[in-house]
Amino acid sequence: MQLYLPIADLPVNVFLVLAMGAAVGFVSGMFGIGGGFLMTPLLIFIGITPAVAVASVASHIAASSFSGALTYWRRRAIDPALASVLLCGGVTGTALGVWTFTQLRALGQLDLMIALSYVVLLTTVGSLMFSEGLRALMRTRRGAVPPRRTHNWIHGLPLKMRFKRSKIYLSVIPVVIVGIVIGFIGAIMGIGGGFILVPIMIYLLRVPTSTVIGTSMVLTLVTMLFATMLHAVTNHLVDAVLALILMVGGVTGAQFGARAGQRIRGEQLRLLLGLLILSVGVRFAIELVIEPADLFTIRELGVSG
Amino acid sequence: MMRALLATLLVLLLGGAARAERLIVSVSNHRVTVTPNYSGEELVLFGSVEKDATTPADRTAYDLVVTVMGPRADMVTRRKERKFGIWINTDSRQFLEVPSYLALFANRAFDVITSPETARRQQIGLNNVLLTQRVSGDYADVVPNDAFRSAFIRLRTQRGLYREDASAVTFLTPTLFRTGIPLPAEVPIGTYEVEIKLFANGALVTKTETAFEIVKVGFEQFVATTARQNGLIYGLVTAAMALMTGWMASIVFRKD
Repeated sequence: MQLYLPIADLPVNVFLVLAMGAAVGFVSGMFGIGGGFLMTPLLIFIGITPAVAVASVASHIAASSFSGALTYWRRRAIDPALASVLLCGGVTGTALGVWTFTQLRALGQLDLMIALSYVVLLTTVGSLMFSEGLRALMRTRRGAVPPRRTHNWIHGLPLKMRFKRSKIYLSVIPVVIVGIVIGFIGAIMGIGGGFILVPIMIYLLRVPTSTVIGTSMVLTLVTMLFATMLHAVTNHLVDAVLALILMVGGVTGAQFGARAGQRIRGEQLRLLLGLLILSVGVRFAIELVIEPADLFTIRELGVSG
Repeated sequence: MMRALLATLLVLLLGGAARAERLIVSVSNHRVTVTPNYSGEELVLFGSVEKDATTPADRTAYDLVVTVMGPRADMVTRRKERKFGIWINTDSRQFLEVPSYLALFANRAFDVITSPETARRQQIGLNNVLLTQRVSGDYADVVPNDAFRSAFIRLRTQRGLYREDASAVTFLTPTLFRTGIPLPAEVPIGTYEVEIKLFANGALVTKTETAFEIVKVGFEQFVATTARQNGLIYGLVTAAMALMTGWMASIVFRKD
Protein backbone atom coordinates (compact mmCIF):
# COMPACT_ATOMS: atom_id res chain seq x y z
CA MET A 1 0.00 0.00 0.00
CA GLN A 2 1.56 3.27 -1.14
CA LEU A 3 1.25 6.31 1.06
CA TYR A 4 2.45 9.79 0.29
CA LEU A 5 4.60 11.32 3.02
CA PRO A 6 3.64 15.00 3.21
CA ILE A 7 6.92 16.46 4.47
CA ALA A 8 9.41 13.96 3.08
CA ASP A 9 7.57 14.56 -0.20
CA LEU A 10 7.76 11.05 -1.54
CA PRO A 11 5.53 8.00 -1.71
CA VAL A 12 6.51 5.02 0.43
CA ASN A 13 5.17 1.56 1.06
CA VAL A 14 3.39 1.61 4.42
CA PHE A 15 4.26 -2.00 5.19
CA LEU A 16 7.94 -1.45 4.47
CA VAL A 17 8.11 1.46 6.91
CA LEU A 18 6.02 -0.44 9.45
CA ALA A 19 8.36 -3.43 9.15
CA MET A 20 11.39 -1.18 9.54
CA GLY A 21 9.86 0.34 12.64
CA ALA A 22 9.13 -3.12 14.05
CA ALA A 23 12.63 -4.42 13.25
CA VAL A 24 14.33 -1.44 14.88
CA GLY A 25 11.85 -1.68 17.76
CA PHE A 26 12.78 -5.34 18.22
CA VAL A 27 16.48 -4.49 18.39
CA SER A 28 15.87 -1.55 20.69
CA GLY A 29 13.71 -3.62 23.03
CA MET A 30 16.35 -6.36 23.07
CA PHE A 31 19.19 -4.04 23.99
CA GLY A 32 17.19 -1.49 25.97
CA ILE A 33 18.11 1.40 23.67
CA GLY A 34 16.07 3.92 21.67
CA GLY A 35 17.20 2.67 18.29
CA GLY A 36 17.56 6.08 16.68
CA PHE A 37 21.03 5.25 15.40
CA LEU A 38 19.49 2.43 13.35
CA MET A 39 16.23 4.13 12.37
CA THR A 40 17.73 7.34 10.96
CA PRO A 41 20.22 5.51 8.68
CA LEU A 42 17.51 3.10 7.47
CA LEU A 43 15.28 6.03 6.50
CA ILE A 44 18.19 7.69 4.71
CA PHE A 45 18.89 4.46 2.84
CA ILE A 46 15.28 4.24 1.54
CA GLY A 47 15.58 7.72 0.07
CA ILE A 48 14.28 10.09 2.73
CA THR A 49 16.55 13.12 3.02
CA PRO A 50 18.81 13.04 6.11
CA ALA A 51 17.26 16.27 7.37
CA VAL A 52 13.69 14.91 7.39
CA ALA A 53 14.88 11.54 8.75
CA VAL A 54 16.65 13.15 11.71
CA ALA A 55 13.71 15.42 12.56
CA SER A 56 11.04 12.72 12.25
CA VAL A 57 12.94 10.04 14.14
CA ALA A 58 13.12 12.39 17.13
CA SER A 59 9.37 12.02 17.70
CA HIS A 60 9.56 8.27 17.13
CA ILE A 61 12.21 7.95 19.85
CA ALA A 62 10.11 10.13 22.15
CA ALA A 63 7.24 7.62 21.82
CA SER A 64 9.34 4.54 22.52
CA SER A 65 11.23 6.14 25.41
CA PHE A 66 7.95 7.32 26.96
CA SER A 67 6.53 3.80 27.04
CA GLY A 68 9.84 2.60 28.51
CA ALA A 69 10.02 5.42 31.04
CA LEU A 70 6.49 4.65 32.25
CA THR A 71 7.46 1.06 32.95
CA TYR A 72 10.61 2.12 34.82
CA TRP A 73 8.65 4.73 36.76
CA ARG A 74 6.28 2.07 38.05
CA ARG A 75 9.27 0.02 39.18
CA ARG A 76 10.71 3.13 40.90
CA ALA A 77 13.82 2.74 38.74
CA ILE A 78 14.10 6.45 37.86
CA ASP A 79 16.13 8.93 39.89
CA PRO A 80 14.12 12.20 39.60
CA ALA A 81 16.92 14.39 40.98
CA LEU A 82 19.55 12.98 38.64
CA ALA A 83 17.12 13.21 35.72
CA SER A 84 16.41 16.90 36.40
CA VAL A 85 20.12 17.81 36.53
CA LEU A 86 20.74 15.85 33.31
CA LEU A 87 17.79 17.64 31.71
CA CYS A 88 19.23 21.10 32.46
CA GLY A 89 22.13 20.16 30.22
CA GLY A 90 20.01 18.13 27.80
CA VAL A 91 17.61 20.94 26.93
CA THR A 92 20.51 23.39 26.39
CA GLY A 93 22.33 20.87 24.24
CA THR A 94 19.23 20.18 22.12
CA ALA A 95 18.66 23.88 21.47
CA LEU A 96 22.31 24.26 20.44
CA GLY A 97 22.03 21.16 18.28
CA VAL A 98 18.94 22.32 16.38
CA TRP A 99 20.56 25.73 15.84
CA THR A 100 23.71 24.10 14.44
CA PHE A 101 21.50 21.83 12.29
CA THR A 102 19.80 24.88 10.72
CA GLN A 103 23.13 26.60 10.06
CA LEU A 104 24.68 23.52 8.46
CA ARG A 105 21.61 23.02 6.29
CA ALA A 106 21.92 26.55 4.93
CA LEU A 107 25.58 25.90 4.12
CA GLY A 108 24.75 22.65 2.32
CA GLN A 109 26.95 20.64 4.64
CA LEU A 110 24.26 19.03 6.79
CA ASP A 111 24.24 15.65 5.06
CA LEU A 112 28.02 15.48 5.28
CA MET A 113 28.02 16.38 8.97
CA ILE A 114 25.33 13.80 9.73
CA ALA A 115 27.33 11.12 7.89
CA LEU A 116 30.62 12.15 9.51
CA SER A 117 29.12 12.20 13.01
CA TYR A 118 27.72 8.74 12.41
CA VAL A 119 31.09 7.42 11.26
CA VAL A 120 33.05 8.91 14.15
CA LEU A 121 30.55 8.21 16.91
CA LEU A 122 29.37 4.77 15.85
CA THR A 123 32.78 3.31 14.99
CA THR A 124 34.23 4.58 18.29
CA VAL A 125 31.35 3.49 20.51
CA GLY A 126 30.90 0.27 18.53
CA SER A 127 34.53 -0.83 18.82
CA LEU A 128 34.68 0.13 22.51
CA MET A 129 31.54 -1.84 23.24
CA PHE A 130 32.66 -4.77 21.14
CA SER A 131 36.07 -5.02 22.76
CA GLU A 132 34.59 -4.55 26.23
CA GLY A 133 32.04 -7.28 25.54
CA LEU A 134 34.80 -9.54 24.27
CA ARG A 135 36.90 -8.95 27.39
CA ALA A 136 33.92 -9.59 29.66
CA LEU A 137 33.18 -12.79 27.79
CA MET A 138 36.79 -13.97 28.20
CA ARG A 139 36.69 -13.13 31.91
CA THR A 140 33.57 -15.21 32.50
CA ARG A 141 35.13 -18.07 30.51
CA ARG A 142 38.17 -17.95 32.80
CA GLY A 143 35.89 -17.50 35.80
CA ALA A 144 37.65 -14.36 36.96
CA VAL A 145 35.87 -11.66 38.96
CA PRO A 146 35.37 -8.28 37.28
CA PRO A 147 37.78 -5.59 38.50
CA ARG A 148 36.49 -3.57 41.42
CA ARG A 149 35.29 -0.10 40.55
CA THR A 150 37.30 2.75 41.92
CA HIS A 151 36.55 6.43 42.16
CA ASN A 152 38.00 8.59 39.39
CA TRP A 153 38.86 12.27 38.92
CA ILE A 154 35.23 13.10 38.22
CA HIS A 155 34.42 12.50 41.85
CA GLY A 156 36.85 15.20 42.89
CA LEU A 157 34.90 18.00 41.19
CA PRO A 158 33.10 20.66 43.24
CA LEU A 159 29.34 21.46 43.47
CA LYS A 160 28.51 18.05 44.80
CA MET A 161 24.93 16.95 45.22
CA ARG A 162 23.31 13.92 46.80
CA PHE A 163 21.15 11.80 44.48
CA LYS A 164 19.07 9.81 46.94
CA ARG A 165 17.50 7.15 44.81
CA SER A 166 20.76 6.30 43.04
CA LYS A 167 22.61 6.51 46.37
CA ILE A 168 25.46 8.53 44.89
CA TYR A 169 27.17 11.77 45.90
CA LEU A 170 28.30 13.50 42.75
CA SER A 171 29.29 16.87 41.31
CA VAL A 172 26.59 18.37 39.03
CA ILE A 173 29.21 19.63 36.53
CA PRO A 174 29.88 16.33 34.72
CA VAL A 175 26.16 15.49 34.81
CA VAL A 176 25.18 18.76 33.11
CA ILE A 177 28.00 18.38 30.56
CA VAL A 178 26.87 14.86 29.71
CA GLY A 179 23.34 16.21 29.25
CA ILE A 180 24.54 18.94 26.89
CA VAL A 181 26.60 16.54 24.80
CA ILE A 182 23.80 13.98 24.47
CA GLY A 183 21.21 16.66 23.68
CA PHE A 184 23.48 18.23 21.06
CA ILE A 185 24.39 15.09 19.15
CA GLY A 186 20.83 13.80 19.51
CA ALA A 187 19.38 16.85 17.76
CA ILE A 188 21.93 16.71 14.93
CA MET A 189 22.02 12.95 14.39
CA GLY A 190 18.44 11.97 15.16
CA ILE A 191 19.35 9.61 17.96
CA GLY A 192 18.22 9.40 21.54
CA GLY A 193 21.77 8.75 22.62
CA GLY A 194 20.88 5.98 25.07
CA PHE A 195 23.62 3.73 23.74
CA ILE A 196 26.25 6.34 24.66
CA LEU A 197 24.54 7.75 27.73
CA VAL A 198 24.14 4.45 29.56
CA PRO A 199 27.84 3.46 29.34
CA ILE A 200 28.89 7.01 30.34
CA MET A 201 26.59 6.97 33.34
CA ILE A 202 27.77 3.55 34.44
CA TYR A 203 31.51 3.87 33.86
CA LEU A 204 32.13 7.59 34.34
CA LEU A 205 29.45 8.76 36.75
CA ARG A 206 29.15 5.43 38.58
CA VAL A 207 25.36 5.50 38.57
CA PRO A 208 24.05 2.14 39.82
CA THR A 209 22.53 -0.16 37.20
CA SER A 210 19.19 -0.14 39.02
CA THR A 211 18.40 3.45 38.03
CA VAL A 212 20.61 4.01 35.00
CA ILE A 213 18.30 2.90 32.17
CA GLY A 214 15.15 4.49 33.56
CA THR A 215 16.90 7.79 34.20
CA SER A 216 18.54 7.85 30.79
CA MET A 217 15.13 7.22 29.25
CA VAL A 218 13.75 10.34 30.92
CA LEU A 219 16.57 12.38 29.40
CA THR A 220 15.95 10.81 25.98
CA LEU A 221 12.22 11.45 26.25
CA VAL A 222 12.49 15.12 27.13
CA THR A 223 15.35 15.98 24.75
CA MET A 224 13.60 14.20 21.86
CA LEU A 225 10.26 15.92 22.58
CA PHE A 226 12.09 19.22 22.70
CA ALA A 227 13.99 18.38 19.49
CA THR A 228 10.70 17.50 17.75
CA MET A 229 9.27 20.87 18.76
CA LEU A 230 12.33 22.82 17.66
CA HIS A 231 12.68 20.98 14.34
CA ALA A 232 8.97 21.58 13.68
CA VAL A 233 9.17 25.28 14.49
CA THR A 234 12.48 26.19 12.84
CA ASN A 235 12.94 23.82 9.90
CA HIS A 236 9.41 22.43 9.27
CA LEU A 237 10.96 19.02 8.69
CA VAL A 238 9.03 16.72 11.03
CA ASP A 239 6.95 14.27 9.02
CA ALA A 240 4.15 13.33 11.41
CA VAL A 241 2.75 10.63 9.11
CA LEU A 242 6.13 8.93 8.82
CA ALA A 243 6.67 9.30 12.56
CA LEU A 244 3.31 7.73 13.38
CA ILE A 245 3.97 4.64 11.25
CA LEU A 246 7.42 4.28 12.82
CA MET A 247 6.04 4.67 16.33
CA VAL A 248 3.37 2.01 15.88
CA GLY A 249 5.89 -0.43 14.39
CA GLY A 250 8.54 0.52 16.92
CA VAL A 251 6.60 0.14 20.16
CA THR A 252 5.19 -3.23 19.03
CA GLY A 253 8.56 -4.57 17.96
CA ALA A 254 10.14 -3.39 21.21
CA GLN A 255 7.89 -5.66 23.29
CA PHE A 256 9.00 -8.78 21.44
CA GLY A 257 12.59 -7.60 21.44
CA ALA A 258 12.54 -7.16 25.21
CA ARG A 259 11.36 -10.74 25.64
CA ALA A 260 14.05 -12.06 23.30
CA GLY A 261 16.69 -9.99 25.08
CA GLN A 262 15.99 -11.65 28.41
CA ARG A 263 17.17 -15.00 27.04
CA ILE A 264 20.61 -13.69 26.03
CA ARG A 265 23.43 -13.10 28.51
CA GLY A 266 24.58 -9.55 29.21
CA GLU A 267 28.09 -9.90 27.75
CA GLN A 268 26.83 -11.48 24.55
CA LEU A 269 24.21 -8.76 24.29
CA ARG A 270 26.88 -6.06 24.54
CA LEU A 271 29.04 -7.88 22.00
CA LEU A 272 26.16 -8.04 19.54
CA LEU A 273 25.17 -4.43 20.11
CA GLY A 274 28.78 -3.32 19.64
CA LEU A 275 28.95 -5.23 16.36
CA LEU A 276 25.67 -3.70 15.18
CA ILE A 277 26.72 -0.14 16.00
CA LEU A 278 30.11 -0.71 14.38
CA SER A 279 28.57 -2.00 11.15
CA VAL A 280 26.25 1.00 10.81
CA GLY A 281 29.27 3.28 11.29
CA VAL A 282 31.28 1.38 8.67
CA ARG A 283 28.34 1.55 6.25
CA PHE A 284 28.38 5.36 6.54
CA ALA A 285 32.16 5.45 6.12
CA ILE A 286 31.91 3.48 2.87
CA GLU A 287 29.25 5.88 1.58
CA LEU A 288 31.59 8.81 2.19
CA VAL A 289 34.65 7.25 0.59
CA ILE A 290 33.26 5.71 -2.58
CA GLU A 291 32.48 8.02 -5.44
CA PRO A 292 28.78 8.97 -5.37
CA ALA A 293 26.66 7.92 -8.35
CA ASP A 294 25.87 11.56 -8.92
CA LEU A 295 28.15 14.41 -7.96
CA PHE A 296 25.35 16.95 -8.22
CA THR A 297 22.38 17.52 -5.93
CA ILE A 298 19.49 19.97 -6.06
CA ARG A 299 17.75 21.59 -3.16
CA GLU A 300 14.64 23.64 -3.56
CA LEU A 301 14.67 26.85 -1.59
CA GLY A 302 10.90 27.15 -1.66
CA VAL A 303 8.42 28.57 -4.12
CA SER A 304 8.96 32.27 -4.56
CA GLY A 305 6.48 34.91 -5.47
CA MET B 1 -9.69 62.55 -34.31
CA MET B 2 -11.59 60.74 -37.03
CA ARG B 3 -8.36 60.18 -38.92
CA ALA B 4 -6.68 58.68 -35.88
CA LEU B 5 -9.58 56.33 -35.35
CA LEU B 6 -9.47 55.24 -38.95
CA ALA B 7 -5.73 54.67 -38.73
CA THR B 8 -6.21 52.52 -35.64
CA LEU B 9 -8.91 50.54 -37.35
CA LEU B 10 -6.69 50.01 -40.35
CA VAL B 11 -3.81 48.81 -38.20
CA LEU B 12 -6.14 46.42 -36.38
CA LEU B 13 -7.47 45.05 -39.64
CA LEU B 14 -4.02 44.63 -41.08
CA GLY B 15 -2.83 43.02 -37.87
CA GLY B 16 -5.72 40.60 -38.03
CA ALA B 17 -4.95 39.88 -41.63
CA ALA B 18 -1.32 39.14 -40.91
CA ARG B 19 -2.40 36.62 -38.31
CA ALA B 20 -3.98 34.17 -40.70
CA GLU B 21 -4.25 31.27 -38.27
CA ARG B 22 -5.85 31.05 -34.90
CA LEU B 23 -5.16 28.41 -32.24
CA ILE B 24 -7.96 27.04 -30.14
CA VAL B 25 -6.85 24.85 -27.27
CA SER B 26 -8.21 23.26 -24.15
CA VAL B 27 -6.82 20.99 -21.45
CA SER B 28 -8.82 18.00 -20.29
CA ASN B 29 -8.84 19.26 -16.73
CA HIS B 30 -8.18 22.79 -15.48
CA ARG B 31 -7.95 21.77 -11.86
CA VAL B 32 -6.03 18.63 -11.00
CA THR B 33 -6.52 17.41 -7.46
CA VAL B 34 -3.77 15.32 -5.98
CA THR B 35 -4.98 12.88 -3.35
CA PRO B 36 -2.76 10.92 -0.92
CA ASN B 37 -2.72 7.84 -3.14
CA TYR B 38 -2.03 9.87 -6.29
CA SER B 39 0.65 8.13 -8.32
CA GLY B 40 0.83 10.44 -11.29
CA GLU B 41 -1.58 11.09 -14.12
CA GLU B 42 -1.71 12.52 -17.58
CA LEU B 43 -3.55 15.60 -18.69
CA VAL B 44 -4.57 15.89 -22.32
CA LEU B 45 -4.26 19.08 -24.31
CA PHE B 46 -6.52 19.31 -27.35
CA GLY B 47 -6.49 21.96 -29.97
CA SER B 48 -7.13 22.92 -33.53
CA VAL B 49 -5.64 25.35 -36.03
CA GLU B 50 -8.33 27.62 -37.43
CA LYS B 51 -7.59 29.03 -40.85
CA ASP B 52 -9.29 31.96 -42.46
CA ALA B 53 -9.54 33.40 -45.94
CA THR B 54 -6.18 35.13 -45.71
CA THR B 55 -4.27 31.94 -44.98
CA PRO B 56 -1.85 31.24 -47.82
CA ALA B 57 -3.16 28.29 -49.81
CA ASP B 58 0.19 26.51 -49.87
CA ARG B 59 0.36 26.42 -46.07
CA THR B 60 -0.71 22.91 -45.18
CA ALA B 61 1.96 21.47 -42.87
CA TYR B 62 2.14 22.90 -39.39
CA ASP B 63 4.48 22.29 -36.52
CA LEU B 64 3.59 22.71 -32.90
CA VAL B 65 5.64 23.29 -29.78
CA VAL B 66 3.94 23.07 -26.40
CA THR B 67 5.68 24.42 -23.29
CA VAL B 68 4.30 23.61 -19.84
CA MET B 69 5.79 25.53 -16.91
CA GLY B 70 5.03 24.84 -13.28
CA PRO B 71 5.26 27.36 -10.43
CA ARG B 72 8.64 29.05 -10.19
CA ALA B 73 11.07 28.51 -7.33
CA ASP B 74 14.67 29.19 -6.35
CA MET B 75 16.91 26.15 -6.32
CA VAL B 76 20.51 25.38 -5.45
CA THR B 77 22.64 22.87 -7.31
CA ARG B 78 25.67 21.59 -5.45
CA ARG B 79 28.66 19.67 -6.69
CA LYS B 80 30.61 17.14 -4.67
CA GLU B 81 34.36 16.89 -4.85
CA ARG B 82 36.83 14.57 -3.25
CA LYS B 83 38.58 16.30 -0.37
CA PHE B 84 40.65 14.53 2.27
CA GLY B 85 39.53 11.21 0.82
CA ILE B 86 35.79 11.82 1.24
CA TRP B 87 33.17 13.37 -0.99
CA ILE B 88 32.07 16.83 0.10
CA ASN B 89 29.78 19.49 -1.38
CA THR B 90 32.18 22.18 -2.50
CA ASP B 91 30.82 24.37 -5.28
CA SER B 92 27.22 25.52 -5.68
CA ARG B 93 25.07 27.60 -8.00
CA GLN B 94 21.76 29.22 -7.29
CA PHE B 95 19.05 29.06 -9.92
CA LEU B 96 16.58 31.90 -9.59
CA GLU B 97 12.87 31.62 -10.22
CA VAL B 98 13.19 28.59 -12.42
CA PRO B 99 10.11 26.48 -13.24
CA SER B 100 9.62 23.60 -10.81
CA TYR B 101 8.03 21.64 -13.64
CA LEU B 102 8.99 22.09 -17.26
CA ALA B 103 7.84 20.12 -20.26
CA LEU B 104 8.50 20.80 -23.93
CA PHE B 105 6.54 18.85 -26.50
CA ALA B 106 6.55 18.96 -30.27
CA ASN B 107 5.31 16.95 -33.21
CA ARG B 108 8.84 16.45 -34.59
CA ALA B 109 12.44 17.20 -33.68
CA PHE B 110 12.99 20.79 -32.57
CA ASP B 111 15.87 21.38 -34.97
CA VAL B 112 13.68 20.32 -37.91
CA ILE B 113 10.82 22.61 -36.89
CA THR B 114 12.80 25.81 -36.86
CA SER B 115 16.26 27.34 -37.15
CA PRO B 116 18.63 27.38 -34.15
CA GLU B 117 18.30 31.14 -34.07
CA THR B 118 14.48 31.09 -33.75
CA ALA B 119 14.66 28.18 -31.31
CA ARG B 120 16.91 30.22 -29.06
CA ARG B 121 14.72 33.28 -29.25
CA GLN B 122 11.49 31.34 -28.68
CA GLN B 123 13.10 29.15 -25.98
CA ILE B 124 12.38 25.91 -27.82
CA GLY B 125 14.03 22.86 -26.25
CA LEU B 126 15.50 22.34 -22.78
CA ASN B 127 18.83 23.75 -23.98
CA ASN B 128 17.20 27.03 -24.92
CA VAL B 129 14.90 27.62 -21.97
CA LEU B 130 16.05 30.51 -19.85
CA LEU B 131 17.35 29.31 -16.49
CA THR B 132 18.69 32.31 -14.64
CA GLN B 133 21.65 31.65 -12.37
CA ARG B 134 23.37 33.84 -9.88
CA VAL B 135 26.97 33.84 -11.03
CA SER B 136 29.15 35.78 -8.59
CA GLY B 137 26.64 38.55 -7.98
CA ASP B 138 25.49 38.68 -11.58
CA TYR B 139 22.24 37.28 -12.93
CA ALA B 140 22.51 35.43 -16.20
CA ASP B 141 21.87 32.22 -18.01
CA VAL B 142 24.96 30.40 -19.14
CA VAL B 143 25.92 28.26 -22.11
CA PRO B 144 23.82 25.09 -22.44
CA ASN B 145 26.77 22.77 -21.79
CA ASP B 146 27.63 24.42 -18.47
CA ALA B 147 28.22 21.65 -15.91
CA PHE B 148 25.76 23.00 -13.34
CA ARG B 149 23.06 23.78 -15.88
CA SER B 150 23.21 20.37 -17.53
CA ALA B 151 23.37 18.60 -14.15
CA PHE B 152 20.35 20.59 -13.02
CA ILE B 153 18.35 19.60 -16.09
CA ARG B 154 19.51 15.98 -15.86
CA LEU B 155 18.46 15.65 -12.20
CA ARG B 156 15.09 17.29 -12.79
CA THR B 157 14.55 15.01 -15.79
CA GLN B 158 15.36 11.94 -13.69
CA ARG B 159 12.58 12.90 -11.31
CA GLY B 160 10.18 13.34 -14.22
CA LEU B 161 9.84 17.05 -13.52
CA TYR B 162 11.64 18.28 -16.61
CA ARG B 163 10.96 16.62 -19.91
CA GLU B 164 11.42 17.11 -23.59
CA ASP B 165 9.59 14.97 -26.12
CA ALA B 166 9.70 15.77 -29.81
CA SER B 167 7.05 13.22 -30.69
CA ALA B 168 4.44 13.89 -28.01
CA VAL B 169 2.24 16.12 -30.15
CA THR B 170 0.17 14.22 -32.66
CA PHE B 171 -1.85 15.73 -35.46
CA LEU B 172 -5.12 13.80 -35.72
CA THR B 173 -6.03 15.71 -38.86
CA PRO B 174 -3.80 18.34 -40.53
CA THR B 175 -5.33 20.93 -38.20
CA LEU B 176 -6.47 18.98 -35.15
CA PHE B 177 -3.85 18.03 -32.58
CA ARG B 178 -3.48 16.54 -29.13
CA THR B 179 -0.70 15.98 -26.63
CA GLY B 180 -0.46 14.33 -23.23
CA ILE B 181 1.04 16.19 -20.27
CA PRO B 182 2.39 13.61 -17.81
CA LEU B 183 2.30 14.73 -14.19
CA PRO B 184 4.42 12.55 -11.87
CA ALA B 185 3.50 11.69 -8.27
CA GLU B 186 5.77 14.35 -6.79
CA VAL B 187 4.38 17.12 -9.00
CA PRO B 188 4.63 20.56 -7.35
CA ILE B 189 1.35 22.31 -6.56
CA GLY B 190 0.44 25.64 -8.08
CA THR B 191 -0.50 27.22 -11.37
CA TYR B 192 0.87 25.74 -14.58
CA GLU B 193 1.20 27.85 -17.68
CA VAL B 194 0.86 26.21 -21.06
CA GLU B 195 2.16 28.00 -24.11
CA ILE B 196 1.36 26.65 -27.56
CA LYS B 197 3.39 27.91 -30.50
CA LEU B 198 2.46 27.23 -34.10
CA PHE B 199 5.18 27.10 -36.73
CA ALA B 200 4.97 26.88 -40.48
CA ASN B 201 7.99 26.57 -42.74
CA GLY B 202 10.30 27.28 -39.81
CA ALA B 203 8.65 30.55 -38.81
CA LEU B 204 6.45 31.29 -35.83
CA VAL B 205 2.91 31.84 -37.09
CA THR B 206 0.95 32.35 -33.93
CA LYS B 207 0.82 31.37 -30.30
CA THR B 208 -1.69 31.06 -27.52
CA GLU B 209 -1.72 30.35 -23.82
CA THR B 210 -3.78 28.40 -21.37
CA ALA B 211 -3.28 27.28 -17.80
CA PHE B 212 -4.25 24.66 -15.30
CA GLU B 213 -3.90 24.36 -11.59
CA ILE B 214 -2.67 21.53 -9.41
CA VAL B 215 -4.05 21.38 -5.90
CA LYS B 216 -3.38 18.81 -3.27
CA VAL B 217 -6.31 17.78 -1.13
CA GLY B 218 -6.83 15.44 1.75
CA PHE B 219 -5.09 14.72 4.99
CA GLU B 220 -1.53 14.78 3.72
CA GLN B 221 -1.89 18.26 2.25
CA PHE B 222 -3.46 19.43 5.47
CA VAL B 223 -0.43 18.07 7.32
CA ALA B 224 2.04 19.74 4.94
CA THR B 225 0.29 23.11 5.14
CA THR B 226 0.03 23.00 8.91
CA ALA B 227 3.71 22.07 9.22
CA ARG B 228 4.71 25.11 7.20
CA GLN B 229 2.27 27.64 8.57
CA ASN B 230 1.74 26.62 12.19
CA GLY B 231 5.04 25.04 13.14
CA LEU B 232 4.42 25.39 16.86
CA ILE B 233 0.99 23.75 16.88
CA TYR B 234 2.25 21.08 14.50
CA GLY B 235 5.19 20.34 16.81
CA LEU B 236 2.92 20.20 19.86
CA VAL B 237 0.50 17.81 18.14
CA THR B 238 3.36 15.57 16.98
CA ALA B 239 4.82 15.54 20.48
CA ALA B 240 1.41 14.74 21.96
CA MET B 241 0.99 11.97 19.41
CA ALA B 242 4.34 10.49 20.44
CA LEU B 243 3.33 10.54 24.09
CA MET B 244 -0.06 8.98 23.32
CA THR B 245 1.50 6.17 21.30
CA GLY B 246 4.07 5.49 24.00
CA TRP B 247 1.43 5.53 26.72
CA MET B 248 -0.92 3.25 24.79
CA ALA B 249 1.91 0.80 24.17
CA SER B 250 2.72 0.64 27.87
CA ILE B 251 -0.99 -0.06 28.61
CA VAL B 252 -1.47 -2.65 25.87
CA PHE B 253 1.71 -4.56 26.62
CA ARG B 254 1.60 -4.19 30.39
CA LYS B 255 2.77 -7.42 31.94
CA ASP B 256 1.97 -6.88 35.59
